[in-house]
This record gives sequence, structure tokens and C-alpha cells, in this order.
Amino acid sequence: MSGKYRFPSEEWIKAFKEELNRNKEYEEAAKDWEGDFLFVITPDEGLDKEYCFYVDLYHGKCRDARVVASRDEVKTEFVYEGPYSNWKKLIRGEIDPIKGLLTRKFKLKGNMAKVMRYTKAAKLLVETASRVPTEFV
Amino acid sequence: MWYFISPKVVFGEDALDYLSEVKGKRALVVTDKVVRELAAERVAEKLREAGLDIEFYDEVEAEPSTSSVARGLEVARRLQPDLIVAVGGGSCIDTAKAIWALYENPELSIEDIAPLAELKLREKARLIAVPTTSGTGSEATWAAVITDPAEHRKMELAHHELVPDIAVVDPSLAKTMPPKLTAATGMDVLAHAIEAYVSQWANDFTDGLALKAIELVFRYLPRAYRSPDDMEAREKMHNAATIAGLAFSNSMIGVAHALAHSIGGLFKIPHGEAVGMCLPYTIEYDLPEAEDRLEQIAHHLRLSYTSRREAGLKLADEARRLLSEMGLPATLAERGVAESELEENMDKLVRLAMSSGGTTINPRIPSEEDYRKLFRYIYEGRRVDF
Repeated sequence: MSGKYRFPSEEWIKAFKEELNRNKEYEEAAKDWEGDFLFVITPDEGLDKEYCFYVDLYHGKCRDARVVASRDEVKTEFVYEGPYSNWKKLIRGEIDPIKGLLTRKFKLKGNMAKVMRYTKAAKLLVETASRVPTEFV
Repeated sequence: MWYFISPKVVFGEDALDYLSEVKGKRALVVTDKVVRELAAERVAEKLREAGLDIEFYDEVEAEPSTSSVARGLEVARRLQPDLIVAVGGGSCIDTAKAIWALYENPELSIEDIAPLAELKLREKARLIAVPTTSGTGSEATWAAVITDPAEHRKMELAHHELVPDIAVVDPSLAKTMPPKLTAATGMDVLAHAIEAYVSQWANDFTDGLALKAIELVFRYLPRAYRSPDDMEAREKMHNAATIAGLAFSNSMIGVAHALAHSIGGLFKIPHGEAVGMCLPYTIEYDLPEAEDRLEQIAHHLRLSYTSRREAGLKLADEARRLLSEMGLPATLAERGVAESELEENMDKLVRLAMSSGGTTINPRIPSEEDYRKLFRYIYEGRRVDF
């Protein structure tokens, strides 16, 4: 494995959690945020099945981040969902996270107005994902 | 992938005549009492020629609140119009957009009018926007700014579907604008165009529009301000407002608007004045990340400079010169805001600015500390040096 974390995997989401909890800029931008996410990666481009990450974000920190067996395993305030090919582009910084939603490359379920008030935090969240050394399937 | 969204734009002398050909049965004309006398009755006359029944909702306030929207929505629900016609400045057009969205989507609340909402529009009515000020560009955009009076917060409502179907940009409607309003709304146009050009989301379709609008403002705004009857200047500024609206609606606003929405909501400063005041500081603030884009604007305006940084600073000075020429305040102190008032409200100002869409898409994304400094620099009138 060459120091890289395979996406999607338990190791990758743990590495993301550590990276996010080191990010002071994110901590400031999300200091009032309370809400958990289910990140859903639907299969395409070599990914054989759907993967889901549970990510609990609270007051600028990531309290929990793990793989869950299916989208039904946990109930979260938000669901952020997209195909594997778009997740790759997002992590590589090729898709702006907000534009990705506006152009329906990703779907968001939950209180949209709440998320739109934290766009800086959302952007930093994605930038943090880009900092995780990643290899794709 | 991205979109370029535009209404059908009917512009120029006698553009209003277009309204005598529109199809429909019942029109709700959304306006305010002053504009009703000055312009909306003319609009209604054209609509009557088209065979429509007209009802006015003329209670829109300046910097409209959620209650302006709620009252208009009651009228719409009773009247069941198939055409909503907004006549006025940004306040009237933004209110009409919110009324339209909630009339068509009764299950939604105003906060739900967000970019990702499932918004059904045009099933009950179409929206025509007839601007009477040359400023907000709302006739061409997917945004609406409505104030939440409880929080003194300007809500930035936005959805791609909110772009009006038709914008009627008739310069004769702008000629009654008093000089101070001409000045403030004109600075709003300049802010829209500059922010659209430096935005992270600027694109090939918006760049030309933004540059053209900037050019028109510097050339014609002082004339329109000094000589209200100069119809060439009026027409060019009226066009510039819609052109800049198209530019920023398809790229994005930036930090000048984030700052202006914060101070506008809390200190009751009209939007054009607030954003004009903030613009020079944000040009300076953006310089480290947007030197090349700001230099391109300076080049387009044929400013003389020896470096990119100097080009950006000269552009900021040109914006300050416009403010001064038109008697607009260049600092919060000049606008009569007390330093103690600023400091008492600082946390709220920063929080509101941080939650603005303009913050994230700006070429340089401010931290809370940056915003604190920016508010203080705008208060004092210091050139941004951080």
C-alpha cells in the first residue's frame, strides 16, 4: 500500500477523520455546526457495490466516522450521495462541492437552507478529503 | 458542467410596449406605493391592453421583510394570477420572486427557497420583471434578498428556477430616480460586475458581460448622477444593471456583498450604499488571490499602472473616486455608525458574513478574523493591508 488509503474503506474514513480534526480553519468555519451525514458512494467505474460512511460532525470536530453496512443501518440528518466517479473527482478537487450539488452530480437530502449557511465549512470539508493520501479501486 | 440562465430580455426605448402583447388572464402587479404612481400604472395600462385583469399589491417595503412577502402571498392566493409582474427596484422584484415561489409551492416556507430545493414553478404563473432602478439586476437573476426582521438578517434566497421569464428593461422607467438613488444603485451594478469577474465561478459566458457592465458604469454613472435627464446615460446604466445581473447570477457575488448584507441588515443602510462602501476594501482584500483578474479589469478601463498590484489598487481608488464624486459614504463612520455600535454588533456581523454565499465563492475566502478586520477598516477608511 505505499502510504495511501484505499477509497472507499474503513482506513480512508478514519484517516479523513484525523485530518479533519487537525484542520483549524474547518474547526472555525463549522464551530456552530451540529449534524451528522451519511456519505453514499454508488457503484460505477470499477466499484462493485454501494459504500456508505457515517460521519458525525459537531462544533467543528468530527466525533465519529466509520463505514456502515448499508444506508439503512443509521438514520442521519443529512445524506450526501453520488456515483463513485464523481467522488473521485471531488476528492481530487476537480468538482467544487457546492457546484456539484447545484449541477446534480451529488444529491443532498436534509435541510438545504442549513447547509447553505455553512458553505465555507462544506468547502473545507472537501479540501480536507483531498489531503488524505488516496488510491482508488 | 455549469449553466447560463437568462430571462428573455426586452430592452431599449418603448420596451414597455412589449407588455401589451403578453398572454394571460389575471396579473398580480407587485410594487410599492411610490413606484405605483411613477411607473406601475403605466405597466398596468399595457397589460390591460393585452386583455388582462389587474390587481395591485403595492405594500412592498424598502429592504423587504418576510411580512411584505406574506401579505403579497395572501393576495396571490386569493387572486390566483397566471402572471406576476414585478415593477420597481430590487425590493419589489425580490418580493415578487418570493411570493411567486410560495404561491406555486404552498408546502414550502420562505427559508426553503434554497438552491437545492425541489421548487415547482411556472405551473400556475409566469414572472415578468420590470426594473425601475438601474441597480440590483434582480430582473435577470436567480436570487432574492428578503430580511428576517426578528434576526435583522438578510436571507439570500436562491434557486435556478427563480430567474424571471421576461425582463422588460425600459430606460424611461429609470429617469425619475433621484440622484442619490442613481448613485447607490449604480455602485451596486459595479459591485456585481467586479465580483462576477473575480469570482471562483467566473466563466467564459460571464466574463464579457462583467467587463462590459464595468465599462458602462465608469462611463455613464457620473453622467446619470449629474444629469438625470441625460437619457443616453440612463439607458446605458439601465442596460448595465441587467448585464451585471446576468454576469453575477451565472457566476457569483463575493465578499463585498457578504459585508454589505451584514451591515445593511443591522445598521439599516440601503443595499447600494452599503455595497458601494465595501467594494474598494474588498478589491484590496482580493488582490493577493485575484491580481490577474483585477489587472484585466484595470486594463479594460485603460488605467495606467506599472504592476498587477498597482492595477488592483488603482481600481479600488477609482471605485472610491466614484463614491466621492457622487457624495456617497466611503466609511461606516461617515455613514453615522458609532464605533461602539460596530463593536457591540461585531460578532453578529461576522456570523452573518460568514454564512453568506458570497464568502465561499470569493477568490479569497475570509476567516472570521479577516471579517473583523474588514469591518474595522471599513469603519475607519483604511486601505486593506493584510
